[in-house]
Amino acid sequence: MIRVESLSARYGDTIVLQDLNFHIVQGELIGLLGPNGSGKTTLLHCLSRVVPLHAGKIVISGRDLAGYSARELARVEASVPQRLEISFPFKCIEVVLMGRYPYQRDFGTNSEDDLSKAMEAMGLTDTVDLAQRRINEVSGGETQRVIIARALAQEAAIMLLDEATANLDVAHKIQMFDLFSRMNQRGGTFICALHDLNLAALYCQRLIFLKEGQICIDGPTLETFTAENLSNIYQTEVKVIEHPDTGAPQAMFVPSKGSGQRAAGSGQVFTTKDTKMH
Amino acid sequence: MPEEATKSSLNLKALRSQLAASRRVFAFGLLALILASLLSIVAATGVGRLHFSWRTVIKAIGEGLGLLQSDTVERTPLLVVFDIRLSRVCLSFLVGSVLGVAGSVFQGILRNPLADPFTIGVASGAAFGAALALAFGIGGTSYLGLGTIPLLALLGALGALFLVLMLGRVQGRVRRDTLVLAGIVVATFLSALIALIKALDEEAVSAIVFWVMGSFQGRGWIHVGFSLPYMLLGLYLVLRQSRELDILTLGEVQARQLGVDVEKVRSRLLIGGSLLTAAAVSVAGVIGFVGLVIPHLVRMCLGATHQRLMIFSALLGGLALLWSDVAARTLLPGGEELPVGVVTALVGGPFFCLLLKRRKGGVILD
Repeated sequence: MIRVESLSARYGDTIVLQDLNFHIVQGELIGLLGPNGSGKTTLLHCLSRVVPLHAGKIVISGRDLAGYSARELARVEASVPQRLEISFPFKCIEVVLMGRYPYQRDFGTNSEDDLSKAMEAMGLTDTVDLAQRRINEVSGGETQRVIIARALAQEAAIMLLDEATANLDVAHKIQMFDLFSRMNQRGGTFICALHDLNLAALYCQRLIFLKEGQICIDGPTLETFTAENLSNIYQTEVKVIEHPDTGAPQAMFVPSKGSGQRAAGSGQVFTTKDTKMH
Repeated sequence: MPEEATKSSLNLKALRSQLAASRRVFAFGLLALILASLLSIVAATGVGRLHFSWRTVIKAIGEGLGLLQSDTVERTPLLVVFDIRLSRVCLSFLVGSVLGVAGSVFQGILRNPLADPFTIGVASGAAFGAALALAFGIGGTSYLGLGTIPLLALLGALGALFLVLMLGRVQGRVRRDTLVLAGIVVATFLSALIALIKALDEEAVSAIVFWVMGSFQGRGWIHVGFSLPYMLLGLYLVLRQSRELDILTLGEVQARQLGVDVEKVRSRLLIGGSLLTAAAVSVAGVIGFVGLVIPHLVRMCLGATHQRLMIFSALLGGLALLWSDVAARTLLPGGEELPVGVVTALVGGPFFCLLLKRRKGGVILD
């Protein structure tokens, strides 16, 4: 479905991505991991044609990315950014309806169909009650769910998520990924840039690790999510244990000697905090 | 699960009725404003130093428009009411309308609720053109029965826009921040040139100053005819892209990801907005505050959707400038006129401060 061949991208003279090659088939749910500045966002922006390619090419459904019109591409790919910067008082429903733009024509207005699709998306993201509220007056997490709804309203086969759930509380994070997972089982393709390693390990079937603009590991989660790999890539000590329910690998971070709280009754130092790291 | 389904269909129904209600409010407001505009146009025509009865005024308008047979009223009221006053009233309404629309366009493109139609230097270009015409005395020669001032002002405005677009382009893309910077550079440079012209030609100083402050003195149907085509073209360009303008306020990256052809749409909007501004400035001079305050006020009441924003800003901007001009020509005793830009600034400034205060941390400062 997506084929990336010797892709390179630059900002001015700085090389941000160098010679990436990978292939994604329809129905994959992929976690895109890597430290800050490793090029995750740039890769997603290349895939959504926001950042021009310096070299190489991207082929989506057999067609070169450059050959799509703006609206066509938005019908195939939907993106969820890290956050929304908006200084204008749109209603939340109006923001979600923007996701219907690729299906509308000049002077277009929202049809009944657009409206029910937008409402459906808001139902899935638990934002129906926000519909008539102004986007600049709801909380950060609510805004984020509204943008996810907007992406769902685009009805695209490929979803590109850039830290889409970073601003959400735990319950909503799980709710959103449950939703992505269900959509994935019905054939949707997801590429999710994530800092939350354990969330990635819980839901993604395949992980692509980026470091310094290059792919350093690409493979099934169970094989790639190891203490050795994670410690190497993030340059910090990581231990991996099994999730008690699902058996998915989960990362445990180890504080450096002398810091961290000591759990009562145990001589070993480890933290039991959520592994959220932003 | 079925429970959830009923809940969401209930919500959907509720939302539909809410949306229908807001459409009714919108339609009602629109109707009220159109009615107010028509009444204002007639009423403002009746105000002036020469007093006529309302019957005469209405008859004169009817005859001027060709609705009543000729010789219904005498020559003088016909001339004063139809040729002098009505044309001026219509022109001030049109200029106010396009400034309101242009303001909402520039605020949207620049993603800044504090932008106005003059932010990117179009006004300075127009002022420079007009100053040239005034200083070199070519204001006297006529073109299509119209002085060269509007023509040179229009050319100046379009020239400045072109310059700003060229300067604001980085690696083939027009960026918002570079656009504003280029606007400031061009405006400052042109202001210096205007100052130079003033210094070289002292006789023209007062005329230039008066023109730059904005005025409808002596304007007539010919000015309406001159600016109307540009206004209509500009309105077409921006109204056509109102939905894209909504999306552009989310930023360039998201606009692309939502399927907007950012380069094309933004150039159309910039050109459309600048045409509107240039058309207004070329016949009326630089009139501030209408393009800043009106879209702001409308956005606070109606929300940010640009289609509604533009339509309401047009009507409200027209009304505001129409009455400002009535004030400008009647306020001073003895028939002296104030530049209308002075009136809009005197009223608009404090009003805008009030808006800022009331919505602190809200829509405006966010």
